Amino acid sequence: MKNQMHLEFSADSANESFARVTVAAFMMNLNPTVEELSDVKTAVSEAVTNAIIHGYEGKEGRISIRCKLEERTIDLEIEDKGKGISDIPKAMEPMFTTKPDLERSGMGFAFMEAFMDELEVTSTVNEGTTVHMKKRIGVLTPQDDFL
Amino acid sequence: MNAVEEYKIIGDYLCVQMPKEIDHHNAESISEKIDQFIVKRNVNHVLFDFSETEFMDSSGIGILVGRYKKVACFQGKIYLIHMNAQIKKILSLSGIAKYMEILEER
Ligand SMILES: Nc1ncnc2c1ncn2[C@@H]1O[C@H](COP(=O)(O)OP(=O)(O)OP(=O)(O)O)[C@@H](O)[C@H]1O
Ligand SMILES: [Mg+2]
Repeated sequence: MKNQMHLEFSADSANESFARVTVAAFMMNLNPTVEELSDVKTAVSEAVTNAIIHGYEGKEGRISIRCKLEERTIDLEIEDKGKGISDIPKAMEPMFTTKPDLERSGMGFAFMEAFMDELEVTSTVNEGTTVHMKKRIGVLTPQDDFL
Repeated sequence: MNAVEEYKIIGDYLCVQMPKEIDHHNAESISEKIDQFIVKRNVNHVLFDFSETEFMDSSGIGILVGRYKKVACFQGKIYLIHMNAQIKKILSLSGIAKYMEILEER
């Protein structure tokens, strides 16, 4: 099974909930557990919120989500064409934030890392940022090893 | 299910019934309202009730940390109740649970 979708929407905070709910609905075919669903929703919410707050800094812009379902994996790419990140390893450190004034606590990447199996961030200053995440869905039963 | 949060004052406690979903879209207005109660109504402690809340992300952590910083100045406390598994998970990952009083249900 390989199923794909592409979602593009304005960088508006009202779309944060739309984005995570849409991805959750799309992944239903994989029969996710309640916990897997909320893990993916949280990760999507973090990446989309970052694009709006940090990428576009509240200004107008577009956010794109590419989502692929393969066998038992959800593969997500969340992209903005905003200001980009100059020091990616630093940005990904837990508790690091460039916007403490906006009550950000620097947990977004830590949550994406904890809730997904793979997280890769690519970014170019003044061009934008892409967050690539993957997660295996569905618990493996011993029987599955023989398939 | 309430789409919007509700506020109630009991003594010097502010009880906030949190909304169904907490993200960057509504976090700022929740923080602002709570801060008004703290300043104008002499509230010392804030109790967050998550019984209606299905989803919260790092924006919610920002609300809690921000309110903690406000009330801690005058020995006020933050109480959390009725959190679902998703909220408990991000709370424990964030490492802020040790600054708050977690009330176990029943
Ligand atoms: N899409 C993006 N474009 C530009 N900078 C980004 C982007 N995403 C993250 N960053 C940078 O990385 C830092 C860390 O991001 P992270 O999500 O971990 O924390 P935060 O957004 O600052 O706080 P929180 O997510 O807890 O509200 C941000 O403060 C910002 O400087
Ligand atoms: Mg963030």
